[in-house]
Amino acid sequence: MIRVSNVSKNFGSFAALTDVSVEIPTGSLTALLGPSGGGKSTLLRIIAGLETPDSGSIEIAGADSTKMSPQRRNVGFVFQHYAAFKHMSVADNVAFGLKIRKRPKAEIKQRVSDLLELVHLEQFAHRYPAQLSGGQRQRMALARALAVEPSVLLLDEPFGALDAQVRKELRAWLRRLHDEVHVTTVFVTHDQEEAMEVADSIVVMAEGQVKQVGTPDELYEKPASDFVMSFLGPVTTLRGRLVRPHDLVLTAEATDGAVPAIVERVVRLGFEVRVDATVDGEPIWAQVTRYRAQLLNLKRGDTVYIRVLEHEVATVG
Amino acid sequence: MAKVSLRVVALTYLLFLLVLPVGVICWRTFENGVGPVWDSLTTPSALHAFQVTFQVAIPSVICNTIFGVGVAILLVRHRFFGRRVLDALVDLPIAVSPVVVGLALILVYGKFAPIGGWLSQHGIDVIFSIPGMVLATIFVSLPLVVRAVAPVLEEIGIEQEQAAWTLGATSWATFRRITIPAIRWALAYGMVLSLARSLGEYGAVAVVSGRLVDQTQTMTLFVEERFQNFDQQSAYAAAFALAVIAVVTLLLINLLRPEEGTR
Repeated sequence: MIRVSNVSKNFGSFAALTDVSVEIPTGSLTALLGPSGGGKSTLLRIIAGLETPDSGSIEIAGADSTKMSPQRRNVGFVFQHYAAFKHMSVADNVAFGLKIRKRPKAEIKQRVSDLLELVHLEQFAHRYPAQLSGGQRQRMALARALAVEPSVLLLDEPFGALDAQVRKELRAWLRRLHDEVHVTTVFVTHDQEEAMEVADSIVVMAEGQVKQVGTPDELYEKPASDFVMSFLGPVTTLRGRLVRPHDLVLTAEATDGAVPAIVERVVRLGFEVRVDATVDGEPIWAQVTRYRAQLLNLKRGDTVYIRVLEHEVATVG
Repeated sequence: MAKVSLRVVALTYLLFLLVLPVGVICWRTFENGVGPVWDSLTTPSALHAFQVTFQVAIPSVICNTIFGVGVAILLVRHRFFGRRVLDALVDLPIAVSPVVVGLALILVYGKFAPIGGWLSQHGIDVIFSIPGMVLATIFVSLPLVVRAVAPVLEEIGIEQEQAAWTLGATSWATFRRITIPAIRWALAYGMVLSLARSLGEYGAVAVVSGRLVDQTQTMTLFVEERFQNFDQQSAYAAAFALAVIAVVTLLLINLLRPEEGTR
């Protein structure tokens, strides 16, 4: 369990974190999600001891570690740009923490080969980081962090520097890895899709504050604010109310609570169809199935009636 | 056409400035064969001058290496009041004439100055002996290691070091196992430059050494003194030896340089 209590941190006149409190349960896989500059990386670095908070406290696995040096916190940290030790082979990178701890040679050798197998780099043990791809370097960095059996694994935008395809693969792989290793893991991301796909629980951060904590479903369906709602998925406005475009129902006839809208544009996106329209001159867009769009035979200039699907709807509250 | 004429200009320039003088030294040195060269380089005075040169150069390079790495880390990794002043001061020795450096050292460490007098009472003579010459040499070659190491430190960033900390490495272990290996080629380059500069220093050393033959005479001072005393054979031979050392160090630099950046 990681307990962050009332942590504040300023860089000059910029308030990176303001009175942040959050609890991360043991064994969970948690995402710190938010726009850049929202304070999530600062919080992660404070947990690791790479930054010191101006006030507040950090507790890791029951021990107050607010004033503890990063060396003694027993955390694994993975950097966005890998921070590979360039002058060491892959195996030596992974062995580093164990050598520092002066573990017996045979044990180090065994553990390094186990870890390289875990991250699928066994055949690269004698290569240097410069000879690896970005994804391979990041897996090496992960093995290096896991080698010392940290009580907490912290990842700072771990897939941020990778291209889209590798990113997708590594996400799924991190999820599987966590199911195998069970170490309490916190990762920072600004990509809501990544957070939703990988994490058990998400801490939404912005402007140096925690905006909401919950499972991906809770956040998507019961966002605490307009900010969280719009950060977690697509939104549009219906007469001043924030709604999800796929929660809108379009009908040809006027029904209870429906408002008339004029179709501006119909865009086909594979199975889904995006309908741009205006209600009282205000723009709105709805996402409907292709079948539904064909049924309505929507064209530019048509009038349709829009209402919100009232059950299972994401609303702020 | 323009390319060819540019080459001609560059080569002519180098010919008159570099090739001709060095060539003449070589030619004059070996005018009478190898025997006299060997003889004049193995006289007790010449051997002593070699010894003094290295007695001065080696401690200077060691001090500059330690100081250079320390200051480079300070300048790159830390933000503090007066950092830009320190940054500017490091380059001062390049701007100040070595003769001025020598005079300044005499003013501070001479027997009749407070600090020099105090040291003298405690049995340490700085001026007109090796310690003063080491000080002068350190001063003139001060920026070389700093300026070689600092940009590389800047480039490698701090994340590897932070990664080492989170893996349990102390600051010293991190410095030894991560920082030093990461800057090793730049450091070697700076040390070689520093060595070359130390071996060749004349002005500052001439002032603080007192040019005492067989006592505080370095190779460069030996060349000058022999030349003034019409012993041109010895002067040319010693100058040639210095040139050879310079060429060897330059070759070393060029062998080290391509290693930077790989891996």
